Amino acid sequence: MSLFQKIAFRGGVHLPEEKDGTNGLPTQTCPLPGKVVIPLSQHTGAICEPLVKSGDLVKKGQKIGEGKSFITSTVHASISGKVVDISPQPHPSGNNVPAITIESDGKDEWADGIAGTGDYLYIDPEKLRAIVLNAGIVGLGGAQFPTHVKLSPPKDKKIEYVILNGAECEPFITSDHRLMVEKPSEIIEGLKIIMKALSVRKAFIGIEKNKPDAISILKSQISNLKSQNMDIEVAPLDIKYPQGAEKQLIKSIVNREIPSGGLPMDVGVVVNNVGTAHAIYNAARHGRPLIERVVTVTGSGVKEPKNLLARIGTSLDFMIQNCGGFAGEPEKVIVGGPMMGTAQHTLKVPVIKGTSAILVFSKGSARADSDYLACIRCGRCIDSCPMGITPNLYGIYYERGMVDAAHSWNLMDCIECGICSYTCPAHRPLVQFIRGLKSEIHKKKKKA
Amino acid sequence: MLSAIIGLGALGCIFGAMLSLASKKFHVQLDPREEALIGALPGTNCGACGFPGCQGMAKAVLKGEAPTNSCTAGGAEVTQRVSAIMGVEAVIKEKEIAVIMCKGGRKEAKDRFRYAGIHDCKAASMIAGGAKSCGYGCLGLATCETVCPYDAIKMDGNALPVVDEKKCTGCGICAANCPKFLIKMIREPNQIHIRCNSLDKGAVTRKNCSVGCIVCKKCEKACPVGAITIRDNLAVIDPFKCDNCRKCVASCPTDTIENYYSGEPRFASLIEKQLDESQSNAAA
Repeated sequence: MSLFQKIAFRGGVHLPEEKDGTNGLPTQTCPLPGKVVIPLSQHTGAICEPLVKSGDLVKKGQKIGEGKSFITSTVHASISGKVVDISPQPHPSGNNVPAITIESDGKDEWADGIAGTGDYLYIDPEKLRAIVLNAGIVGLGGAQFPTHVKLSPPKDKKIEYVILNGAECEPFITSDHRLMVEKPSEIIEGLKIIMKALSVRKAFIGIEKNKPDAISILKSQISNLKSQNMDIEVAPLDIKYPQGAEKQLIKSIVNREIPSGGLPMDVGVVVNNVGTAHAIYNAARHGRPLIERVVTVTGSGVKEPKNLLARIGTSLDFMIQNCGGFAGEPEKVIVGGPMMGTAQHTLKVPVIKGTSAILVFSKGSARADSDYLACIRCGRCIDSCPMGITPNLYGIYYERGMVDAAHSWNLMDCIECGICSYTCPAHRPLVQFIRGLKSEIHKKKKKA
Repeated sequence: MLSAIIGLGALGCIFGAMLSLASKKFHVQLDPREEALIGALPGTNCGACGFPGCQGMAKAVLKGEAPTNSCTAGGAEVTQRVSAIMGVEAVIKEKEIAVIMCKGGRKEAKDRFRYAGIHDCKAASMIAGGAKSCGYGCLGLATCETVCPYDAIKMDGNALPVVDEKKCTGCGICAANCPKFLIKMIREPNQIHIRCNSLDKGAVTRKNCSVGCIVCKKCEKACPVGAITIRDNLAVIDPFKCDNCRKCVASCPTDTIENYYSGEPRFASLIEKQLDESQSNAAA
């Protein structure tokens, strides 16, 4: 495996891992919540239209929302019960998004017509795409890009490799780690379905070296499957943030660089999260849509950190209560990792498909002031930027309103990994500057 | 020594001759009116006309791409001068003044959460619409104060902007930069303003803010000239009907309607207060 040690992406930082609290804890099933709030936008692309009305009875797994364009997805009822409300509700992104509220009837019955396929490896690719779309499967790593789009590459783009992303490079999060340890065969089957659909023979599973148990379990699963005409390799990766970012992962494993503004397809690679592979297996084999996922609830502010298998739409409040509640007074609650996650202002926010973790920090363990100083031009952000761009300049450009200048310095290549803000000795909120500039650029494009 | 002086002197003569020839050969004929126009414009390069600075507008006027009254900041006086240079009739635009359509400062409308980030309303409004309990209210992070090229906006102690009607030129740059669209450019004669922008239902507004418009419709009834109408849960004054009679101000139970400028030297007293504070701070 020396191959994977030599190739590395530029920049990056080594963060404190903080995974000890939950990486050894088996996943527990979260109790059924009394009510779920299912946002109609849990994916990149067009928002879903509701298929039910207030007062309708729904069952678990029933499709309740559907989008109209190509880049969109579907949403499903995650419990059985009654639709009580369809209105904008708080969403982990911070804004209010239209959502369907379902009150549980406690029966937890599957909807009719949930049927799997025995020979799931031989499903026609066209049909598989429909299954993936109708199961509402999106990238479970956090970006929530609709998976059926990734499975439909344009004809002129030849896909050579599939990469499963099990790097989980953000501190604290252990949900993918637990999934890999507990459901390895299902992940491998899911990967095989993806490989068949794209007619690819070679695949890698990228895992950071701080998860030796996951690496050895997946390796043993692969050795059982040598007879089939497929080559799957587990790639142990150096522990460096952001190893799990799509572009950096591709660079580390197959040493290819995605052109600016391009997609992994442009270099013949398709990347999926391990959780996504698991969801694809469930949809193809058992016909089950994506209605639950593993969420790590951890941090200094929660009494019993846990990995919980939670239904989509469960509120943060309910999740934290099932982990023994707050330990002391909470200072900050983050959905996602500490680097790229978003701080929340209400606990009514539901768990959505991309929610990998809920982090609770007690008073004193999170920085909460907003003081920052002028840029001192030390260049640390440039040294550690994995995209090789210039965050310090963007901060200054934002303050001076120089949107075009920032655009010409490749601002749009930023993946918002948060390293620049993390390394800045002046505590400048550089990612926020960049997001502000990106929104100004989008506004300008719309006007033009 | 002598050879150096002669040598350098000769070089100077040669280059001087070359430069004078070049200036003759490559001479560009300038429209003398451009110089005059730049002189006539205020020279603040605020950009409110939509052209890159005053020179940009001067060029556009010469080409006929911009009307002579494009300079809102300069007002009637500049329009007349520019029109005189161009030899056309001056069409004077009515002067407008920026009005902040929100009274919910820190005391009246509480924050939903603590915001820690860039000190700028545009950036703050991208995070859950800003911290203010009212989704339509002023975020109080002074973006309007920062962008005003005429120093006409200052933040008061309650985190609300105050406009100096004497300094405000009506350029509209603050209005274009407010992410909550709270700044309206309103014609100068109008003195009475309904300082709320909330389109929430009355009960919701009431919960969020003590000075928001609760859509009680009392002002609509009190107005003798029918200038006030209720649109989308908000009372709106028609500036062309209103005659500043102040009856609506007295009728408003939440004190949302305000006689914004007349009588009270709000801006001047604010500056004095800030000066006093800084002096006492310096003394301490």
